[in-house]
Amino acid sequence: MTSAPAALSVENLCVEFRTRSGIVRALDKVSFSVAKGETVALVGESGSGKSVTAYAVMGILDPAGRVTGGRAMLGGLDLLSANQSQLAKVRGRKMAMIFQSPRTALNPIRQVGRQIADVLIRHGDVTRKAAPAAAIEMLRAVGITDPVRRAKTYPFEMSGGMCQRVMIAIALAAKPSLLIADEPTTGLDVTTQAVIMDLISDLAEKLGMATIFITHDLALAGQRAARIVVMHAGHVVEAAPTRELCANARHPYTAELIAATPDSATSLDALASIPGSLPDLRRTDLPPCRYSERCPRKTERCAQPLPVGPPDAAHTIACWNPLPARAIGAPKVNAA
Amino acid sequence: MTPLLDVAEVSKLFPAAGGPGLWARTKRRFSGGPANLPKVYAVDDVSFVIGKGETVGLVGESGCGKSTLVRALTRLIDVSDGTIKLGDRELARKTSRVFARDRDRARIQMVFQDAGESVNPRFTAFHAIADPLRRLRKLRGKALQERVAVVSRQCGLPVELLSRFPHQLSGGQRARVGIARAIAVEPDLLVLDEPTAALDVSVQVVILQLLQRLKHEFGMSYLFVSHDLSVVRLLCDRVLVMYLGKIVESGPAAEVFARPLHPYTQALVAAVPRLNEGAGERLRLSGEPMSPIDPDPHVCRFYGRCPRGMESCKTAMPALRQFGERHVACHFAEEFLPRS
Repeated sequence: MTSAPAALSVENLCVEFRTRSGIVRALDKVSFSVAKGETVALVGESGSGKSVTAYAVMGILDPAGRVTGGRAMLGGLDLLSANQSQLAKVRGRKMAMIFQSPRTALNPIRQVGRQIADVLIRHGDVTRKAAPAAAIEMLRAVGITDPVRRAKTYPFEMSGGMCQRVMIAIALAAKPSLLIADEPTTGLDVTTQAVIMDLISDLAEKLGMATIFITHDLALAGQRAARIVVMHAGHVVEAAPTRELCANARHPYTAELIAATPDSATSLDALASIPGSLPDLRRTDLPPCRYSERCPRKTERCAQPLPVGPPDAAHTIACWNPLPARAIGAPKVNAA
Repeated sequence: MTPLLDVAEVSKLFPAAGGPGLWARTKRRFSGGPANLPKVYAVDDVSFVIGKGETVGLVGESGCGKSTLVRALTRLIDVSDGTIKLGDRELARKTSRVFARDRDRARIQMVFQDAGESVNPRFTAFHAIADPLRRLRKLRGKALQERVAVVSRQCGLPVELLSRFPHQLSGGQRARVGIARAIAVEPDLLVLDEPTAALDVSVQVVILQLLQRLKHEFGMSYLFVSHDLSVVRLLCDRVLVMYLGKIVESGPAAEVFARPLHPYTQALVAAVPRLNEGAGERLRLSGEPMSPIDPDPHVCRFYGRCPRGMESCKTAMPALRQFGERHVACHFAEEFLPRS
């Protein structure tokens, strides 16, 4: 990966959900790491396990979910085996999360200034007395005009973009070293999306935060992240630096995903759809490669366990039959 | 191209109630009727034409009035002013309640955002598609069943799924139900309100290609509302850009996106993420749009957020001016025109 020490490294994370109709193997051996000051995007369709990964790392999985294996190291602490009081100490202080749909994530009956002050008092070593003023400062830092007045408003009085700014202020109140942004701009306009993403990257840079950016929009990820981790049905199928991935996608799924993104196409007919759908993760006979049933490049080798490459390779591909690398700057391939 | 829908000077104003509280209520009570209350200019003096077989895109940020405009065109709400002509018929004069039983009701149909929420949850897919046929075509029994089967086949919805309820269908299948029930009565104009907003890219592609195919097959016209400019670029012949109730720019989609003339369109195009480009230093809009309640008619609506914003923008509202095939409402549009 990168030479900087990893702020968060997730290794072989497995998560299961118990449901009435069987056990859903939501994540299977998910590994990736984020260096200090780096932005990594987790990209995939809905149901690919992006959010579950974030929830597992934050320790806020649904009670039906269970981590069945793996490690997630954040500065010497394994988040997956840590107990609740250890987790409570790092959550908010060392890692924070920006949730989807800010309007529902914020407390609807508490003024936003107070919500920020709450976090500052709990995690930011700010006294009760100084908290309101510090909250106003936070609002100013996330670019809200007239923060003194805005601190006294409720979430429903604000636009979606403003609510998202408040969420960011709450997440960054204690200057965490890791920020997880779970689809921070879904439901916002493109113009607002650009401004919010600018804000997140600026603050991340200023505070030297590692950022995990979860999105289904490959184009947005390509624009904002240094590295992209592509997920499909609970597997990491490909991980590479952004440029490398865009120019030289080698996993068939990544290639299909790029071909389906409307931004790159010149006409509607040039867009390719991905045949099939996600496999049912409750099945007990899931093939080792969960994409193999949709895959046009399937071979007999695909029935064998997926290739595991060296964890420090820049470009990892979980595929037995990847697309050929382009000649220039060919990546180190661990699945040959 | 023969015009299908001719919208002229349509406005929709809503009386702004002024919120709860004793003072606001008293003011309302003695204001002398809704005509004297302040107004929200949701749609303000909008004119455009949709040709036969044409796909027109309507873009703009949330709150700019695109949904109000679309609801007015589909005659779900009444307009405050202006005319809506479908072929030779004037539709704006009839109230929406009367129009619901009109013989031309079937000619304009709408596909709503996220069929999971817009389809009655207690209707199966069959009943959702059959409902407009029962009401507008008076089909019953065998004829109804046959028609529903034909339409769902055209939309790529397997007949076995017709007995399912919306929550038992996947996102793509729900989108197909939404489209099937809109085209069941063979409309001339299909209004699509962000039909793919809730879908994954791979499914979105399939639905967009389905829409394209249906359009060629039945010769419908589309009004496609979306905030995803890269989709609008692919699907639409022409595009209308709306800002705070007004159309600020219109023209052939490819040209508008390649060379936007209005500063708002420029910001909109700059904000679209591209896979192979960094974020970099691009045009960004700061601040929030101005209040739509009784805006000053002599100030450009974009003033305050506009990166140009000169003195003249505060004294005269720019009119929509024509440049070849394009229309732009900006005093400085000439500066971005290519020199000839």
